[in-house]
Amino acid sequence: MLLITCPFCGPRDESEFACGGEAHIVRPADPAALTDAQWADYLFMRKNVKGVHFERWMHSHGCRRWFNAARDTVTHQFLAFYKMGEQAPDIAPVSYTARPAPRTDPALPADPALHTDREGAR
Amino acid sequence: MRRYSIWSLARNARGHHEGWTEAWRSPEPKPEYDVVIIGGGGHGLATAYYLAAEHGIRNVAVVERGWLGGGNVARNTAIIRSNYLHDDSAFLYDKSLQLWRDLSGELNFNTMFSPRGLINLAHDKSGLVELARRVAALRLNGIRVSMIAPEEIARRIPALDCSTRAANPVLGGSWQEKAGIARHDAVAWGYARAADSRGVDIVQNCEVVGIRREGGRIAGVDTARGFIRARTVAIVAAGHSGVVAAMAGIRLPIASHTMQAYVSEPLKPFAHTVVMSPALVSLNQSDKGEIVIGMGTEEYNSYSQQGSLTHIEYVTQKMLELYPSFSRIRMLRKWGGIVDVSADASPVIGKTPVEGLYLNVGWGTGGFKAIPGSGWTFAHTLARGEPHPLVAPFGLERFHSGRMIGEHGASGSLERYK
Repeated sequence: MLLITCPFCGPRDESEFACGGEAHIVRPADPAALTDAQWADYLFMRKNVKGVHFERWMHSHGCRRWFNAARDTVTHQFLAFYKMGEQAPDIAPVSYTARPAPRTDPALPADPALHTDREGAR
Repeated sequence: MRRYSIWSLARNARGHHEGWTEAWRSPEPKPEYDVVIIGGGGHGLATAYYLAAEHGIRNVAVVERGWLGGGNVARNTAIIRSNYLHDDSAFLYDKSLQLWRDLSGELNFNTMFSPRGLINLAHDKSGLVELARRVAALRLNGIRVSMIAPEEIARRIPALDCSTRAANPVLGGSWQEKAGIARHDAVAWGYARAADSRGVDIVQNCEVVGIRREGGRIAGVDTARGFIRARTVAIVAAGHSGVVAAMAGIRLPIASHTMQAYVSEPLKPFAHTVVMSPALVSLNQSDKGEIVIGMGTEEYNSYSQQGSLTHIEYVTQKMLELYPSFSRIRMLRKWGGIVDVSADASPVIGKTPVEGLYLNVGWGTGGFKAIPGSGWTFAHTLARGEPHPLVAPFGLERFHSGRMIGEHGASGSLERYK
């Protein structure tokens, strides 16, 4: 069971909370100016991170206030709790992807994305 | 492939069963393939099998991060049905149901498909109206389902609390006679063996760590066992679809959640059909006699393959409301799978902005039943470079155009997409 620290009420049991999904999705200032693809990206496309996920929670059986949390989606460990409107804390991403093997195709340049941190790059 | 038959059984019995050979090879990956399928679950293996069997494309690799049968193909409740609301889904799932019927013979592997029928319950007026609407829609599409009365439900499932005092009163239900269950491991093994015998390389313990492009085209995949060049790459990674698609810079309308199931100790046969209830519980009795209880998805994103105790408590409470006589049954084990639930609870199948890169993901809570139909249509899609008519409505573009295929009710993913 998860122990979740509401920034307003302190540590409480998971059953008091509702999860609101990915945090820091900003509503476009001028929706009418967007293409269909951009609007779909805002509405539906999600990072769905394996690793450190910044997400919204609500203390629905408590103070009924929303707040943000950083949680590892593999271990379920909470790494930070912070209020709405605050900057996301600087937490090093965790990678659960294996290292690539040395065998490479000489005809191709190495993919730079492989050598940077993938979660950070997105 | 050595065929399995009564004669091979007898021959091996004489040799004290020491002569059985491996059902599929474990080859080293070749440097290049025509098609690389990322994900050796049911859908990936079925796609590889139909590519080889129906389209003659045999230079195919299935790369799997773990082992065959370690993912969702063996982490489900094995229920097979096709009672989905919309035309597009009904036709796709019904194609799958038709393929299930002859699958054991076709694969020469006993998938133990048991069409024992399925009841969907309604516990309130709106649920009953919703079921009636679905039944009417299905009948217009030529899929045989019917409404059944509470008395008939009580007769067929004696353990179900159909009294007037029940916490979840049974107001009625729908019945699909041709629905049923199958043995989930056997589906993975059967497709793997049949695909392998047609030349497909199944590479286990081979995690994909990157996707390479040349210009706008796919070049191949970087794996934990080296780079593999391919003209066509298919992402069939279920719960990890988002992780793999991100390697190609593609964002998906998908969130990964854990879905749990648990089984009891073996009991005498008493549940002769599959029973699904909107109170988040599906029930069937396996051939071994265990009660298999399926639960809904958990609330938050997860890649853990382990469900929470909070959810078990909740589902156990619901189970005992529906089946009070289960209170003294011991539950033996439980498992969790990572389900990739899309925004409209329907799969995402088809092309991507990267030429030669295809998706078959987002099956969410309902992937197992769709394995044969998904593989059959997706193999066609990969072979021709154009979506099969049955899956054409399921492309990623539908999230741009707004032509969604909302199947939250029929798929049982009642959790809101966030």
